[in-house]
Amino acid sequence: EDLRVDGRGCEDYRCAEVETDVVSNTSGSARVKLGHTDILVGVKAEMGTPKLEKPDEGYLEFFVDCSANATPEFEGRGGEELGSELASTLYSVFSSEGTVDLKSLCINPREHCWILYVDVLLLECGGNLFDAISIAVKAALFNTRIPKVQVLEDEEGSKEIELSDDPYDCIRLNVDNVPCIVTLSKIGYRHVVDATLQEEACCLASLLISVTSKGALTSIKKVGKGSLDPESIFEMMETGKRVGKSLHVALQKILDEEESLGTSRQKVGFLG
Amino acid sequence: RYYGEVGDIVVGRITEVQQKRWKVETNSRLDSVLLLSSMNLPGGELRRRSAEDELAMRDYLQEGDLISAEVQSIFSDGALSLHTRSLKYGKLGQGVLVQVSPSLVKRQKTHFHDLPCGASVILGNNGFIWIYPTPEQKDEEAGGFTTNLEPVPLSDREVISRLRNCVVALVTQKLMLFDTSILYCYEASLPHQIKDILKPEVMEEIVLETRQRLLDLEG
Repeated sequence: EDLRVDGRGCEDYRCAEVETDVVSNTSGSARVKLGHTDILVGVKAEMGTPKLEKPDEGYLEFFVDCSANATPEFEGRGGEELGSELASTLYSVFSSEGTVDLKSLCINPREHCWILYVDVLLLECGGNLFDAISIAVKAALFNTRIPKVQVLEDEEGSKEIELSDDPYDCIRLNVDNVPCIVTLSKIGYRHVVDATLQEEACCLASLLISVTSKGALTSIKKVGKGSLDPESIFEMMETGKRVGKSLHVALQKILDEEESLGTSRQKVGFLG
Repeated sequence: RYYGEVGDIVVGRITEVQQKRWKVETNSRLDSVLLLSSMNLPGGELRRRSAEDELAMRDYLQEGDLISAEVQSIFSDGALSLHTRSLKYGKLGQGVLVQVSPSLVKRQKTHFHDLPCGASVILGNNGFIWIYPTPEQKDEEAGGFTTNLEPVPLSDREVISRLRNCVVALVTQKLMLFDTSILYCYEASLPHQIKDILKPEVMEEIVLETRQRLLDLEG
């Protein structure tokens, strides 16, 4: 039967609140509240040199900070292990081609490119961290505005980079292919989406799959000390794809609605 | 944090099994103590606790079990001494625990309620609310130590989930918890789906209706 402790079905998400542009001195930011889980993401665009193996692309750098306020286990340096695990998951999710258009981040091949530093801050830990973080990252990337630059050549051949004067003249990222992570936790014989802390305590193994809005999987990861039967992995993947697609649709709707309100919308921010 | 009084009902979780007692976590500053001599043992009331009883302690209550008990006395350092010397206390079987602030639980004559909607609830003074399916027979031979592990039917589980969400809604809106308020909230939530009760708008609407009915009851 399809009934969990709080009345949800196995594929239902908790009530989520998404808000973008909450931090003023970043290029893009977002805050996501999924039940008791609270995530703040800030994206800063900085100029740098491209990587040697990909000279005509920019890249993303992820950093996850588990705030000590999130849960008592994160006191001092307790949250570092979890933070590095989350960051490496984000790297593998965004590693496949086509998730973000990296070529648009290039200014001068081999010399200048935009590097997007994505910083994730865990404000409160209430179960299902991966999903909330991926939703927040997608919203923040949607909200990111990178200023347009022009490269001028001097007579001596040295290049000068000029920032356009208009502060609203900027490039936006195309987030259609940015994937979202769906965590499927196996409890007993069934698997559930969006586990609360209590459900996570009962679950022995879970599967993280990152799904794009078209239903393509970019990465799969298994966490937990239990084992998963190959048949159930297949079932979980199908569920994940279904749930992921509807999640993307709902998220895009909210982001578009927020965008249409423009500057007149009331911001709650992250202190409220 | 919960500050205990003698005669309060509490719901707690066993954290340690020690020499002649169990340590129980009750959301207070110090862990409460349940002495072996304060426990009902099968074989009659006035049995002397022997050495075999001590060794068999783990058969009765292990770490992680939930119990309902009454506060017998308070030690000088503030730790509570619990007792389960009545058939209505003892180990709790299948059900749902909701942890709330102790100040929201109203002090009443009785804290064990059988709600007409089909489930029972124990309102612990320490803020631990236990919701469970109403047991069919009322006679307990073993003194409340056997746990019934049969699967709970879907209809009972729906009632329990709805009650749990109602309790969470009442707590979020800072309304006192007692049997009438929970019952009114349950009735007010019936038109909505169980999972919708946790949405902020629906929660406000239900609690407003409950508050109105409670005011009408008083006035």
